[in-house]
Amino acid sequence: MLLRLLRDHLRSYRAPLLAVGGLQLVSTIASLYLPRLNADIIDNGIARGDTGYIVSTGGWMLAVTLLQILGSIGAVWFGARTAMGFGRDLRAAVFERVGTFSAREMNAFGAPSLITRNTNDVQQVQMLVLLSCTMLVSAPIMCVGGVVMALREDIGLSWLMVVSVPVLVVSIGLVIRRMVPLFQLVQTRIDVVNRVLREQITGIRVVRAFVREPQEVARFARANADLTDVATVAGRLQALIFPIVMLVLNVSSVGVLWFGAGRIDAGQMQIGALTAFLAYLLQILMAVMMATFMAIMIPRAAVCADRIAEVLDTEGSVRPPTAPVTPERSDGELVFDAVTFRYPGAGAPVLSDVSFTAAPGRTTAVIGSTGAGKTTLISLVPRLFDATGGVVRLDGVDVRDLDQELLWSRIGLVPQRPYLFTGTVASNLRYGNPEATDEELWAALEVAQGADFVRAMPDGLDTAVAQGGTSVSGGQRQRLAIARALIRRPEVYLFDDSFSALDLGTDARLRAALKPVTADATVVIVAQRVSTIADADQIVVLDDGAVVGIGRHEELLTSCAAYGEIVASQLSTEGAAA
Amino acid sequence: MSEATEDDARGQDAETAEAARGMATQRRGGGPPWAGAGQPAEKASHFVPSATRLAGRLRIERLGVWVVLALGVLSVALNVIGPWLLGRATDVVFAGVIGRQLPEGLTPAEAAARARADGDSTVAGVIENHDVVPGAGVDFSALGSVLLAVVAVYLFASVLGYGQGYLLNGIVQRTVYRLREDAEAKLNRLPLAYFDGRQRGEVLSRVTNDIDNVSTSLQQTMSQLLTSLLTVVGVLVMMVVISPLLALIALLTVPLSVLLTRAIAKRSQKHFVAQWRHTGALNGQIEESFTGHELVRVFGRRREVEETFRQKNDELLESSFGAQFISGLIMPSMMFIGNLNYVAVAVVGGLRVASGSMSLGDVQAFIQYSRQFTQPLTQVASMANVVQSGVASAERVFQLLDAPEQSPDPAVPAVPAVPASRRGRVAFEHVAFSYRPDAPLIRDLSLVAEPGQTVAIVGPTGAGKTTLVNLIMRFYEIGAGRITLDGVDTATMSRAELRSAVGMVLQDTWLFGGTIFDNIAYGNPRATREQVLEAARATYVDRFVQSLPDGYDTVIDEEASNVSAGEKQLITIARAFLVDPALLILDEATSSVDTRTELLLQKAMAALRTDRTSFVIAHRLSTIRDADLILVMEDGAIVEQGRHDELLAAQGAYFRLYDAQFAGAQT
Repeated sequence: MLLRLLRDHLRSYRAPLLAVGGLQLVSTIASLYLPRLNADIIDNGIARGDTGYIVSTGGWMLAVTLLQILGSIGAVWFGARTAMGFGRDLRAAVFERVGTFSAREMNAFGAPSLITRNTNDVQQVQMLVLLSCTMLVSAPIMCVGGVVMALREDIGLSWLMVVSVPVLVVSIGLVIRRMVPLFQLVQTRIDVVNRVLREQITGIRVVRAFVREPQEVARFARANADLTDVATVAGRLQALIFPIVMLVLNVSSVGVLWFGAGRIDAGQMQIGALTAFLAYLLQILMAVMMATFMAIMIPRAAVCADRIAEVLDTEGSVRPPTAPVTPERSDGELVFDAVTFRYPGAGAPVLSDVSFTAAPGRTTAVIGSTGAGKTTLISLVPRLFDATGGVVRLDGVDVRDLDQELLWSRIGLVPQRPYLFTGTVASNLRYGNPEATDEELWAALEVAQGADFVRAMPDGLDTAVAQGGTSVSGGQRQRLAIARALIRRPEVYLFDDSFSALDLGTDARLRAALKPVTADATVVIVAQRVSTIADADQIVVLDDGAVVGIGRHEELLTSCAAYGEIVASQLSTEGAAA
Repeated sequence: MSEATEDDARGQDAETAEAARGMATQRRGGGPPWAGAGQPAEKASHFVPSATRLAGRLRIERLGVWVVLALGVLSVALNVIGPWLLGRATDVVFAGVIGRQLPEGLTPAEAAARARADGDSTVAGVIENHDVVPGAGVDFSALGSVLLAVVAVYLFASVLGYGQGYLLNGIVQRTVYRLREDAEAKLNRLPLAYFDGRQRGEVLSRVTNDIDNVSTSLQQTMSQLLTSLLTVVGVLVMMVVISPLLALIALLTVPLSVLLTRAIAKRSQKHFVAQWRHTGALNGQIEESFTGHELVRVFGRRREVEETFRQKNDELLESSFGAQFISGLIMPSMMFIGNLNYVAVAVVGGLRVASGSMSLGDVQAFIQYSRQFTQPLTQVASMANVVQSGVASAERVFQLLDAPEQSPDPAVPAVPAVPASRRGRVAFEHVAFSYRPDAPLIRDLSLVAEPGQTVAIVGPTGAGKTTLVNLIMRFYEIGAGRITLDGVDTATMSRAELRSAVGMVLQDTWLFGGTIFDNIAYGNPRATREQVLEAARATYVDRFVQSLPDGYDTVIDEEASNVSAGEKQLITIARAFLVDPALLILDEATSSVDTRTELLLQKAMAALRTDRTSFVIAHRLSTIRDADLILVMEDGAIVEQGRHDELLAAQGAYFRLYDAQFAGAQT
């Protein structure tokens, strides 16, 4: 997954990546050339007593050092450029993909999870790319370059290099391969420990009320012990790495000296080459070690990459039509024709065989108990979900065949949770229609019974609204959400339990004010309060996802038992929502 | 009323999320781990005491700590000797090379004199400084014994080093285990007032993020700090012994690297700040767009949202590039300084070998030393940040551990002597209580609830209704007076005894991450499967569970959207149902359960209430009307008590409340 993600999204960064590779090559070769120059100092300077040569070669070494840092800086520049650009692209890809999701995918992932994937997870992968560009790539270059330099230095001795580098890589690789899954397990166990703690803190009253402290302590002790066990094993493996590296490094040095001495004694090699060899070894092995430490990041980034790929591989289940149909009329007639909706894999359908027509100029109310499928029903109109059976028609056309922009432009939705965006009251209202004038905003507010409190706010329409709308009360939020839908002047209004936070008086005034405004429109109201819907032109009673009654209030009272029950429950408890 | 409380709860959640987000971005924002200089300093306010205390927690492990120290010193010492021995081996080889060029039979002194006579004073010096035997080649037996020694030294160093790491790891893990254990145990002993006084996320982050941070800091510092410091000292000693002049050159690079690092960190700081700001802005937008997803879609705003996103994303790109590029320069710079050092040692060392004042092996050893010198030095420097933040976290955990605890249960707890069938008499006698000393909430409150009675508590928000039932549960300790259950002062009972006599349905629908079945069974772990299912059926949980793909095995987690708020509430009611308590406390905030379900629930709860004393924080008129006793609370006092009809007739506080809340609904 990680590889695929990198391949797909690094494609456009080929040139800077090549630059990174080239610059790292320059810098690495420069690093490796220093010991060669040092060898020259020994062989041609010290052994021959030529101090002038020592100083002039020193000058060369300085120049090479400068070249080395220039290469490094360049590599960091291109590396940071690539990694940050990659991060931006990936973030945008995830964001845009989520934009195509329907409510079904949103529910499946959950908004918080998607947020983490789009922010934190992308950041992890981006960090890996950055470190790869700046450090990880230099390790193989250093290895290959070191071996090449060693070969140039003395072919007879270079077999040592060819042995010790793989020995190091393999032995560390073996340790890391066992360590990585353990570290992943450690992370999972940390999550478990933290989850238990979070539950204990948020549920402290429940824990205490049910006297579950001993069980909770035991539950935590288990999680804690599980974590400690794995962390201990992982830590032991980690403790192995450094001694292994040092041992391989030092035994190799001994080998260089022993076999080197033989070749020098036989006159096949110069003494300077010996020191150069030792220096190469050190550099190569250090680079390998650094790379392996960095490599620990890979599994973590891989997990993040999987989570990102999961989002990118998910197709929105609601797809725009390939050949949109333009309806011949635009009166807003809404028809549910044998509509069924079932979550994939669920036993009982949420909606089964629902049929009714919401006519223009009429108010259709939907009532039913929790879980009866009211919200799902309403969500089928703007295609937050698509029906799994039957058809929802707007203006005579299956909503799935309508151009989405066109469909949405005809709908004014007030969702159950009246979410507001960061900004001002005005910017939230204009969400419905960016072109709306202040007068139009005020008019909508008047209808939604929100003008009074907006006027009382310090900056009126320009009053700041916090994210989610937490700075205003639930009732105010609901009224602003209603005004937002009104500003669109749609043909179909969908109110999903939008009056629940209003007191009865406001509720009544709002509905009275809505009447003239929505006179020609189709209005669908989901409600729990009978008083809110008693005067609707048509009431649809849902029970367990099926229609058990359709008619006016008076008719249903006599004909529909389920409706009668609902009414009865409210007459005795009408104060409920006050 | 219910709306207000709901909003409060939501507000709190938002705060929690906010705090968590704050933590996350703070931790996230950073740069590569070694660029610690750019991160916001989390500083301990009492560094020394907290660090000492953290170290004090290792006391149980002191034997192990001493062994670790000893092993560390030994293995570092051996590792430091290694290069010097290798230098000796180089000298042996070099001596062989020089010796071979000289005619056989001469003493070294003669050879040197001859060389000097030839005007080659450099070679003369070299001869004098190495054990050159003219005419002889490399002395392989000498070389062999030196190299064997080297292998032995390094082998021991590695074994000891592993032993040290192995033991240290155990010590750290056990220490963190105990810290977690203590923190969790502490949570169970803290009074609820502690949690009320602060944001949940804040407490949470102390026991999770902070302990995690202590754990990683301990692991990183204990293993590396020790070896790094010892190595620096050992290497320094060796360098000075070999050549004070070269040691001085090597030391010169230290302030150079410090200055350079600081200069870079200072420059990158500005970019990091911008990076965090833009990250925050972008994450905020992502959060908002995803949470309000359906609105963005249905209101046809996707294009605009994506446009703003693109802008913010690009801004982030620019600032993060600046931050990463500049901070990324630290490593190459350090390498550059290391290379400068290398060049200096190579040249100066070369000149000194040539002048005969140093052996080639020494230069060779020196080069290795100077490489080993800078690396642990940078490590120690970066460790400083880790230590800082680790101690700061430890301090926050210690603050939690030091918080005052609730009073312990009495040594010999009282147990009510009344037979179980007739239990449930609750009496408040002149009870006073306040959350804060300066703001008394309940003053001189007295009431009696006879077994089997339903007591409805009504009154405006903040009147102290929830407080009243919390006092019965001893979630808070009363300031004066006493509360008795079946004649026994609840303060003399153990909390467990008291609470197991009470069933409670709280306003917040807390469920833990587990299956629906387990969550219901939470009320009574000894319940059989049949009992659990029966409770589920009685409280209408069964119905919606049947429509879930996994039924009772559906896992409820934090992101669960498969179970609605109303359904969660039903589960909490089922949970209390299973307890079958003598006393029932209900917070009637059932706003998210719609009216029809509510009606069925009320029936079930009524059945549950039969023969049980119940305290109901009532919002429903029917509950209030049917109650045996209505307590009207205002400002922490019971201003009226009696039955519905009596209170209406009295035309007092209850009458006014009734008129305002319910009268309109009747029409």
